[in-house]
Amino acid sequence: MKRQVPLIITFVVGTILVVSVFFPPVERMGEDFSLFFDIIAVFAFFLGGGNLVRIHGNRLYKQQKDWGFSLVTLLGFFLMLAAGLFKIGNPSGITGDVTATGSLFQTLYYRIFFPLSSTMYALLAFYVASASYRAFRAKNREATILLISAFIILLGRTPLGTYATGWIPESFSLLQIPNLAIWIMSSPNLAGQRAIMIGIALGVISMSLRLILGVERTYLGVDNE
Amino acid sequence: MNNLGLVTSLLIIGVGLVWFLIRSIQGREVERRIIFIFIGLAVAAPILFKISFSEKATPIVKAVYDQIEKLPANSKVLISYDYDPAMAPEVGPMTDAFVRHAMAKGLRVYFMTLWATGQPLIVTAVDEIIKKEFPEKKDGIDYVNLGYKAGGTGVLNVIITDIRKMYLTDVNGVNIDSMEIMHGIRSLRDMNLLVSVGGGLPGVKEWILFAGDPGHIPTAGGCAAVTAPLLYPYYPNQLLGLLGGIKGAAEYESELKKEYPRLINAPQPGIKMMGPQTLAHLIIMAFVVIGNITYFIRKRRS
Repeated sequence: MKRQVPLIITFVVGTILVVSVFFPPVERMGEDFSLFFDIIAVFAFFLGGGNLVRIHGNRLYKQQKDWGFSLVTLLGFFLMLAAGLFKIGNPSGITGDVTATGSLFQTLYYRIFFPLSSTMYALLAFYVASASYRAFRAKNREATILLISAFIILLGRTPLGTYATGWIPESFSLLQIPNLAIWIMSSPNLAGQRAIMIGIALGVISMSLRLILGVERTYLGVDNE
Repeated sequence: MNNLGLVTSLLIIGVGLVWFLIRSIQGREVERRIIFIFIGLAVAAPILFKISFSEKATPIVKAVYDQIEKLPANSKVLISYDYDPAMAPEVGPMTDAFVRHAMAKGLRVYFMTLWATGQPLIVTAVDEIIKKEFPEKKDGIDYVNLGYKAGGTGVLNVIITDIRKMYLTDVNGVNIDSMEIMHGIRSLRDMNLLVSVGGGLPGVKEWILFAGDPGHIPTAGGCAAVTAPLLYPYYPNQLLGLLGGIKGAAEYESELKKEYPRLINAPQPGIKMMGPQTLAHLIIMAFVVIGNITYFIRKRRS
């Protein structure tokens, strides 16, 4: 019973969502199930928050390695939660938008969260440069083609590409670096991406069928039978 | 003074690169921290000394610009802020440019986001762009902020047939039925254009798959540079145009600057950031060349 009920729910919901795309009278049911999904998604926030507190609380309690980071995480979490939940300092009070200008939530978001997140993302530039230096080697023919394509794309994404090859006459405009970069993206890249997407789509269809028909049961925490 | 600083910076970078080229010919590796210093210098110098380049819109960017340009006044454009502060420096200039363009054209703008972290970014856009640069525009008449709803693609599945099943009020708690801008709007199908800006999940791809394509609604996108190659299969049929990374934003800003005199003095972060991007790309290319020289010399010796 414990296993059969989730299997029945998966079968019914999966079948209706598939049928609703092709059979208009069932379309409304498909929308309703999407609404249920949104309600479930909201509960995921509680689960996520609870999990974060449990893991970092545990690390803090046991004073495991780097417990100081857990302390900062928990303090940040509860501070943002309090600021958002009680709308502290919100100009239009508890009924207004949580992100209203001047609220504590907005201040914390823009003074702490925004610069920290942007910094983390910006660090990528440094690691990309270091990784390119180490990994981009013309070891064989394929790697050399990849290297040349990367150079064209890198130059094509800057105005230097236009400055360097802008003199090439219009009849040979494909040889201008920005146009070459566009060609790489819209021809070889497109072909590769399409093949990957078709492969993924076929994989998703087969996995969905396995789930709907109850063949795939790992999501219930049990091995397939 | 600016030129002196710039020349000095470029000289340091140039001499440094030549030095590392000589070392690479001797077969010696460059340490990771040295590369970091060079990237830091390459990014900082153009910002400090304000280097900027002129841009020309490529067809994929121009297609988005032209689509907004050909919409008559009071047409309905939905802009979705599907990103977070981490991505904001890269894709934020695109949403800013779209908002400025739509406002200058007299279009009606509907803001929303599928990312929880996107909502404060919409508030800032409204405060910093619309309220300051377009004070004549009214909330509820010319624009509305519908805010964030949880559920990702589920939200799109619902609002493609009925917006009110998801949104009963705007972010300030005002009933959307009392707003002039929402009159005649039942679902996404009543929009003239959908614009999604983002680089993660859900993002531009989900807008195409769950809203634009099934609803036959023109859809445009803006995304981080690394995401752009994944979206090319949808262009130009399901996706009418795409702004990829800072370059896309800079191209769009340059088009706006050309056509709209009132926006000449507006901030142009895309164009401003092309300087650091250009120099950083050159540094990366230089180090890849240096790395390959070291590799081949070592290979020959061994």
